[in-house]
Amino acid sequence: MDNIIIIAISALGGLGLIAAIILYFIANKFKVFEDPKIDEVEEALPSANCGGCGFPGCRAYAEATVKSAKEKGNLDGLNCPVGGNEVAQVVGSILGLEVEAKEPLIAVIRCNGSITNSPEKVNYEGATSCAFAHALYSGEGGCQYGCLGLGDCVDACDFDAIHMNPDTGLPEVNDKCTACNACVIACPRDIIELRKRGPKDKRIFVSCINKEKGAPAKKNCAVACIGCGKCDKVCKFDAITITSFLAYIDFSKCTLCRKCVEVCPTNAIHEINFKPRKPKPEKPKIDAPSSEKSISRKPATDSTSVAVNEKTSATKDIGKKAKESDNVIADKQIDKTDNKE
Amino acid sequence: MGILRTFALGGIHPAENKLSSNIPIETIPVPKQAIVPLGQNLGAPSKPIVKKGDMVKVGQLLAEAGGFISTPIHSPVSGKVFKIDNAIDSTGYKRPSIIINVEGDEWDESIDNTTDIVSEITLDSKQIIEKIKNAGIVGMGGATFPTYVKLMPPQGKVAEYLIINGVECEPYLTADHRLMLEKGQEIIIGTHILMKALNVKKAFIGIENNKPDAINHMMKLVKSYDDIEVQTLKVQYPQGGEKQLIKASVNREVPSGKLPIEVGCVVQNVGTAFAVYEAVQKNKPLIDRIVTVTGKAIKRPSNFLTRIGTPISQLIEAAEGLPGNTGKIIGGGPMMGKAITSLDVPIVKGSSGVLLMKKEESSRSIESPCIRCSKCTYVCPMGLEPYLLSKASKLSNFEMAENESIMDCIECGSCQYACPASIPLLDYLRLGKLKVGQIIRNRGKN
Repeated sequence: MDNIIIIAISALGGLGLIAAIILYFIANKFKVFEDPKIDEVEEALPSANCGGCGFPGCRAYAEATVKSAKEKGNLDGLNCPVGGNEVAQVVGSILGLEVEAKEPLIAVIRCNGSITNSPEKVNYEGATSCAFAHALYSGEGGCQYGCLGLGDCVDACDFDAIHMNPDTGLPEVNDKCTACNACVIACPRDIIELRKRGPKDKRIFVSCINKEKGAPAKKNCAVACIGCGKCDKVCKFDAITITSFLAYIDFSKCTLCRKCVEVCPTNAIHEINFKPRKPKPEKPKIDAPSSEKSISRKPATDSTSVAVNEKTSATKDIGKKAKESDNVIADKQIDKTDNKE
Repeated sequence: MGILRTFALGGIHPAENKLSSNIPIETIPVPKQAIVPLGQNLGAPSKPIVKKGDMVKVGQLLAEAGGFISTPIHSPVSGKVFKIDNAIDSTGYKRPSIIINVEGDEWDESIDNTTDIVSEITLDSKQIIEKIKNAGIVGMGGATFPTYVKLMPPQGKVAEYLIINGVECEPYLTADHRLMLEKGQEIIIGTHILMKALNVKKAFIGIENNKPDAINHMMKLVKSYDDIEVQTLKVQYPQGGEKQLIKASVNREVPSGKLPIEVGCVVQNVGTAFAVYEAVQKNKPLIDRIVTVTGKAIKRPSNFLTRIGTPISQLIEAAEGLPGNTGKIIGGGPMMGKAITSLDVPIVKGSSGVLLMKKEESSRSIESPCIRCSKCTYVCPMGLEPYLLSKASKLSNFEMAENESIMDCIECGSCQYACPASIPLLDYLRLGKLKVGQIIRNRGKN
């Protein structure tokens, strides 16, 4: 009886020992070296797995940084937008590299075609998807460049940073924005752009991407950029360019002097987080979201469709100023090439 | 008569509402200003060859083909080119268009602008195709695929049958119906021309059973010919879909992702056959078409012979005005048509109808969750699973949508019609098709 137990234990123990020795050698032979720094870097990252860096998840980004540090000795082209400079410093210290501070970015909605500025001409009641509505028609306000207001950007945001404002029918970005680029990709009309947050979050941008001539642009939206060129003339820093009736402010050249905001006849240029200006009574401030009207963009019941009501809004004075040159059609097709330079 | 021919899978039978089927075709006056969009066919838009200020005659070339799958455009009116600019069209966007201020109605001398029937076909196959190509003819059923491309089967493929589509399965529309009744002889000649171009020995004309007068008329006309047969088809939507019609007519199934020529068939609309007749026998390019203006609220539902470029507001006026309770204006039929966002939208080569719907008819009901009743799957004429496909494309799972053959969807709308939960299935299917199409094209590039 005793014998059997001893035999059993020693046989099994022996087998286990042999297997362990074999496994030990095999494990040594096939050992995959993984830089422990990858784990460290991954630990330091925000673990949002948002893909804002261009890699599938934080682990892949960590691998890429370690590889880049080893092979190139720098972290060029690698940037975790969510972590920002803090995380970049930590990652740099793990890898023993100096990391230049980057200016933080924020998503900016370049459309102000709210319900009041671009009144509803047709009513849309299809699927709540900007991508689908974009394929279907130009939009409730009639502007074929403007925001459709169906919230694809809101769905794309992982950080609770973008929300639809029911008063204006436009999305609004809050401080939680990490500039991960998800909304920029989601927007079928390329309305959202990543711009510098600016000192103390002050920034100036053209809140319009309408490439039409002045008159048709104004017909659909009271605050459209008509490409009049006043801002370009007043800008001393050469920061403003006008291509196909649309002004664009280069944020690397802009010094936030606010001259362009003053001269813009349609209030298409927005300033954000500036102190209120000294009294200048005649013109109201730009971005006033009309809170007295609380109609949502999609009234549930009565009005059903179609531009039967041809609303001609205040088109008169400024529309005439835009030069009615006869442009060739070619460059005015609905191309989605954005005007980032 | 026995069991009528029809397609194999699915299908629905919406209320027919053919309000204008007894109203003869009426020619409406030439518009004061014609807006001729440059993108009137499936494929590349045409390239303009006229400039601002040019004087043009009816039938004069305005724009030439912009690629292989593209067609030339001819002036539907005579007058002065006002400008070449972006104007709103049925896509809901502003697209390049040639805008002509009409002066008089002077026709190009080469066009035979009489109603005499020329029945002798003198040209050979190549000349016919060339003529059709130069006349700018596209599929008149609504798909606007250039006709001459269909008449040139790729190497190794031979057409056996020509199928003429006189089904008109869309509710409300009667343009093809009236055309068969009034221009039957011309359609038969057009069919013979197409047969000669394709070198086929047999043609079928498929007509749905709800048009007995058209069936009798066409049967009488083809009595003396052995090579054309009129087929009576069951009233079932989408009987007029190309693949459904082939299944019903010759009992062949077009494989997934393939063209009808794969099974030796070429399908052409009756409107196309008529346009081919006019182009080949009368030297008249495609400058006008029959458009049904209809709707329950409209005072005088009509079939109009309309010049291309006429704004739909003029058609509605001719039908005695826009009813006050109009909720939606649809270009095309109620099933596959698209809502129009402005009354300035012009009639183009593919406009088969203008449908005015009352507010209460047109508003969509509130969407509720899918209960997996499988009605959409049951009615799908392509054997797809619309609930799954629309969900996949809603959740941006385009890989799954592609694997489940979303590209086979013909966008007939039967699923959405059948859905008891009012889910916008077709919207998401169209979105999915759009995205998957982009993905496939990009894959081809890399």
